Amino acid sequence: MWHDAVLVAGKDLRIEARSRVGLWQVVPFALLVLILLAFAIGPDQSSLRNAAPGIFWIALLFSTVLAIQRSVAVESGEGTRDGLRLSGIDPAGIFLGKAAAVGLQLLVLQLVLWAGVTFLFDVRVHVIWLAVVACLLATFGLACAGVLYGALSAGLRVRDTLLPLLVLPVLAPVLLAGSKVWQAALSGNTSAGTQWLKILVPFAVIYLVVGIVLYGPLQEAA
Amino acid sequence: MTAIIKAWRPRWLVAVAVAAVATTALTVWLGLWVTPPDEVQGNLARLLYIHPAVATVALYWAGGVALAGSLLYLWPRTRSFVWDRLAAAAVEVGAVFSALTLVTGSLWGRPVWGVWWTWDARLTSTALLLLLELGYLALRRVPADPHIRARRCAVAAILVAIDVPIVHFSVDWWNTLHQGGTILDPGFELHVHGSMLWTMLLSFVAFTLIFVWLLAVRYRIEVLQDAAGDQELEISLTERWSEDDQLVGVGSSTSGPDDMGSP
Repeated sequence: MWHDAVLVAGKDLRIEARSRVGLWQVVPFALLVLILLAFAIGPDQSSLRNAAPGIFWIALLFSTVLAIQRSVAVESGEGTRDGLRLSGIDPAGIFLGKAAAVGLQLLVLQLVLWAGVTFLFDVRVHVIWLAVVACLLATFGLACAGVLYGALSAGLRVRDTLLPLLVLPVLAPVLLAGSKVWQAALSGNTSAGTQWLKILVPFAVIYLVVGIVLYGPLQEAA
Repeated sequence: MTAIIKAWRPRWLVAVAVAAVATTALTVWLGLWVTPPDEVQGNLARLLYIHPAVATVALYWAGGVALAGSLLYLWPRTRSFVWDRLAAAAVEVGAVFSALTLVTGSLWGRPVWGVWWTWDARLTSTALLLLLELGYLALRRVPADPHIRARRCAVAAILVAIDVPIVHFSVDWWNTLHQGGTILDPGFELHVHGSMLWTMLLSFVAFTLIFVWLLAVRYRIEVLQDAAGDQELEISLTERWSEDDQLVGVGSSTSGPDDMGSP
């Protein structure tokens, strides 16, 4: 399973590295969301700083949807999914591999977004480890849940409109917990932050387990 | 479409319908006329005869049936469209009850809490449940091969069901505005007394019967839709074949002018 996962992750990442869709579309989109939300909130520096955690996470969430759509689109070519299915690779391995590829891209994206909020909103994170742990856990959960829902919508003509409707409510707990942890990390209130980390852990574990179990049946349905 | 579609219609369905109407009428009578107003909340407490029962149906009955049906469909030994249709019916009825839960809760929240809506864990997670259910229904409407659709939807329903325990435990996990369990608190101590308790329990029976009734009717509609789909396919096939026959007929008659042209 792990070997298969590495193979699939390598394949997806190589495609991303060559096509540069993530770099030239998803990353600029994430920065665009930052700027648009800043327009919506107004130029007041202190209110922007208060809203920064939420802006960071909402930008991440929207970009995650794009990353998932991209991850599905990689296999939307004629017979590509069948090829992957017939290759004898363990479905759980495919799931883990695709999730790992999406997760790595999301980590890069978060670095850019972090730099973005620091630069644009003059945000300084006081408890850096808390923010980093939140990002890592959230990435884990977002990638697992996202790839699972991506597989659910794969092969549908209405995929692009259906996926956000299906996946955004599911990702909402990450938005909530992530913003709270970041607020705590910005203000230096560590204990309040660790409380909310407790949501991110089960979220990641649930979607990891459910994904490993259900990816096989889903793949046959695509 | 002249042929009659024979579909599942059990006799007990009528009995359930009659019982649902009777218990609902009784709940209305007890709830509005017999029971006294509450000491603290006055007449607002009468919502107690609707909201908890509706929420129970939305969460546990609908969620449970949807989850069980989906698992039974995905399990290869029990795979049957019966479970797929049952799960779909449960999610649809569940969505109606989730919406009703939010509406009735909101109606009560305005006078008691002072707001229609509050960003409370239980309210928020229930709203998410409704959105997840709507997502499932959207997925179900996407045309696909029945087997593929059933499998996809079964997975989606299991993912929706993950939210149910979150709604359930939200009042214990977070400090919320919403109160905890109504009849029994975790210490299993009765809080509601006398005629109010009986009316409330009756409302649970009434809404459960309504749920079973709606579920059965929705299941029947699923059966009819599937049958209608099959029948439409057959009809269009036969039409197509008869068109071919006519074309063959036209083809043979087109040789007519040639015949006439010849002396």
